[in-house]
Amino acid sequence: MTDPKDFIAGTDSNARKSPTRVVFVTRRTSAQVKVTDEDQLQTYPEVLFRAAVAIEVLGIVLVLISLLFNAPLEGLADPSHTPNPAKAPWYFLGLQEMLHYFPPVVAGVLIPTLVVIALVVIPYFNINVEAEGLFLKDRARRLRIFYAVAIGLSVFLLFFDVYVALVPTLVVAAVMLVAANSSPESSSAFRRYLASKPLSYWIMTWFLVVLFVLTAVGTFFRGPGWSWVWPWRS
Amino acid sequence: MAKTIGNYFDELRGTRVWRSVFRGGTGSSTLRRSLAIQQNVFLHLFSTKVRRRMVGLSATWYLGTLTFGTFLILVVTGILLMLYYHPSVPQAYADMKDLQFVVSSGLFLRNLHRWSAHAMVFLVFAHMFKVFYRGAYRPPREFNWVIGIILLLVTLFLSYTGYLLPWDQLAFWAITVGSNIASAVPLFGNKIHFLMLGGNLVNANALLRFYVLHCMILPLTAILFIAIHFWRIRKDGGLYAQQSEPKTLAARAAGSAAAKGAQ
Repeated sequence: MTDPKDFIAGTDSNARKSPTRVVFVTRRTSAQVKVTDEDQLQTYPEVLFRAAVAIEVLGIVLVLISLLFNAPLEGLADPSHTPNPAKAPWYFLGLQEMLHYFPPVVAGVLIPTLVVIALVVIPYFNINVEAEGLFLKDRARRLRIFYAVAIGLSVFLLFFDVYVALVPTLVVAAVMLVAANSSPESSSAFRRYLASKPLSYWIMTWFLVVLFVLTAVGTFFRGPGWSWVWPWRS
Repeated sequence: MAKTIGNYFDELRGTRVWRSVFRGGTGSSTLRRSLAIQQNVFLHLFSTKVRRRMVGLSATWYLGTLTFGTFLILVVTGILLMLYYHPSVPQAYADMKDLQFVVSSGLFLRNLHRWSAHAMVFLVFAHMFKVFYRGAYRPPREFNWVIGIILLLVTLFLSYTGYLLPWDQLAFWAITVGSNIASAVPLFGNKIHFLMLGGNLVNANALLRFYVLHCMILPLTAILFIAIHFWRIRKDGGLYAQQSEPKTLAARAAGSAAAKGAQ
């Protein structure tokens, strides 16, 4: 199994029923055509039992949380009295944080739409089906593109004072630089891991880190007038 | 020999009534266990067999299962909460106070619903990232990934519409902030905003609309897509197992590094 061909050819003939049939199986149709014989469990009862146990454990944890912590309930809704800050639910605080820097049509419409489109096209974005490391092939050109994108993005974020997104962007870029300078034959397992990661991995990781930081900042570090506050000083 | 509970259960499963309900039949043979899945309208969504290594905790962390678990808890507690809730202003808020001080375990019920909702949003995100990092979105599973994105959006809308229902300051202003974003859509922004709220401001109409969305339309949508999501796992070849894909360079590199070490 060193260098597999781009396709596997097979012949089959049954003189009585059909003439010679030739089948070409390309590598891109990977998962469905490879038959593997491996140890399997019956869904009923083994797997369903495990699922039930998992859900029961979850139920116990949620019941304990519900016994210990009360859901928030503030005063009756009052349109004439705006709380400061008025915060959206936590999963939208990343968006609200963006709204602080960009006009609503960018932060509230354009960015979420692009994120959803990006998420939907991930599996159709067939550029790297082999999942090969980003910098392993065509390294010089890819590094140039990487520098252009990273610097362009950083300048853009700096221009709008979006430090909360700039910092995680720089951190991810720094890790990508380490990846670019790591060999897949490195003696360090971490560097081998980094070197093997494709472009989609880096985009998603960047998205995850930025989302996490923005949500955390919106939740804990924002006070009246969306000003920066330290949560331990209030 | 004394009869165990298991014997009684086997007897029960042999009765005419049980046999009329469950088409799979009795017995613990592989055939019967397969039929128990295949002959059941709900369970036939799942594969009859699952690879053993996909059942371990590390393969999936059971994030999909747990997300479905939170959904079940939310349906049950949600229906119970509906018994005590009027989607009208300001009765909705009074119902929250009743749940807190009058209804038996009402506070617990609301707590469980609220925290499970937060848990579901979190688990949906966690499930998505886990699936991504495992590479389980790749063909032939690409459309199931898209259904997953739809379910993510449905979950967010469910949580968002539910956020308004207590009709307290937190709810009112969170929805005001959120719905104002809809106004920013070019051309149709104000129309969408009006359609969403049934008015230009968050008011009694908005509460009723969010209630209908939260208790009827969105849960039914979620159930529909969850069913397709589960069924597609089976049709697309079961839970994704890494080995069935082309070897990544990482594995090759690890192999060659090991070979070098051995020399």
